[in-house]
Amino acid sequence: MRSVAVVGIGKTPFGAFPGRDLRSLAVEAGEKCFKNAHAAPAQVDAFFLGNFAGPSFAGQNHLAPYVSTALGIHGVPSTRVEAACASSGSAFFHAYTGVASGVYDLVLVVGAEKMTSQPTPRVTEILAGAGDCAGEIKAGSTFASLFAMIARRHMFQFGTTREHLAAVAVKNHANGALNPDAQMRKVITMEQAMNGKPIADPLNLYDCSLISDGAAAVLIAPFERAGEFTDKPVRVLGISQASDFVALDQKPDITTFPAVRRAAGKAYQMAGVGPADIQLAELHDCFTIAEIIAIEDLGFAPRGEGGPFTLEGHTARTGDKPINTSGGLKSKGHPVGATGVAQICDLVLQMRCEAGERQVPRHSLSLAQNLGGSGATCVVTILGTI
Amino acid sequence: MNEAIGTIYTETVIYSATEAFAAEVPYQTAIVTLDAGGRVTGRILGERVRIDERVARVETRDGVPFFRKIA
Repeated sequence: MRSVAVVGIGKTPFGAFPGRDLRSLAVEAGEKCFKNAHAAPAQVDAFFLGNFAGPSFAGQNHLAPYVSTALGIHGVPSTRVEAACASSGSAFFHAYTGVASGVYDLVLVVGAEKMTSQPTPRVTEILAGAGDCAGEIKAGSTFASLFAMIARRHMFQFGTTREHLAAVAVKNHANGALNPDAQMRKVITMEQAMNGKPIADPLNLYDCSLISDGAAAVLIAPFERAGEFTDKPVRVLGISQASDFVALDQKPDITTFPAVRRAAGKAYQMAGVGPADIQLAELHDCFTIAEIIAIEDLGFAPRGEGGPFTLEGHTARTGDKPINTSGGLKSKGHPVGATGVAQICDLVLQMRCEAGERQVPRHSLSLAQNLGGSGATCVVTILGTI
Repeated sequence: MNEAIGTIYTETVIYSATEAFAAEVPYQTAIVTLDAGGRVTGRILGERVRIDERVARVETRDGVPFFRKIA
């Protein structure tokens, strides 16, 4: 297999943009990415679009060529990948396999979602489509309630507290406040995070990621060609995607995600590194408990210790294992289909030393973890400049 | 073994629901480990239940099991 590098990145701000449609957001991210890589649409060998629910949110199907032709990409394979909130992480993984295997050289991956065109109860219903609609969803579950049940069990088994959950939200908001592209650039206090409006007990409003519009894009190429596009290539050292049951009640133990452990194990092995070597990470904090469990499943802390690890400050921007320096899904925003590629963009910014006020000092080895549903899909990517 | 009896594995009370359930909030859902084996997601009627408490299925509506706490 060939070594693969990220040679360009591009993102829209994340937020609620009433005048913008899915395609215009995707095109903005793609055009910024081409400019960033000094590349042209005619050079692209394939296009992948990560998008969860364009047909439901926007009433448009056949989205990949709908977007790629608007970007000036013509004739080449153009494919949409859907894997719930891991849609664009999965698109990135499949684009990677195409370049690593030698089928393609230059591939553009865009993740995009337009969510704010629908009222919140309808958004909740569309998101619920990523669960088991014949079982848990039919019983009245929402995604917040599935993660609430995960949190409740984690608290029961390991003594995780409301304070631990709040510490994730406070930390991610502190980071997002420094990110000019974040949706909610607002510092919050522990008291606020502990006492938000109840959503699904024990989770409140501050435990939940945002409803967002946005898009992100990356251009990947064989490492040997990276110099044609950038003087700061970031190498994909390890990457894997894994799967598990969609329904939460089919999992033997809901306090850990086997798909995360499996994807991480393979990615670490491929990169020849371990959890202790990772210098910064973007983790899938769709709900605060998800970041705590990811910390454990990725091996940053032992099982049951993700909460204390966060409260002790290890994952803060100034800590020894900075997590979600972008603000995460919680503060940066979570246009679900855009999130996986946006995580890669945010890590590349740090690794190029272009992250501005939120720049961390150690940034040569990083990890992205993108989760779909309540853990049925996970993509883990390890990036390096070493 | 009674197939309608089980133990609460985890639970939540939902305050913000999809369109179809918005009129019913707040309501409790739970994953129940059945004595007969396997787990199922269902609704809780009556008194709020906690992890490890015992419940019995009292009815099934459109395929969804509804449980109630038992002593």
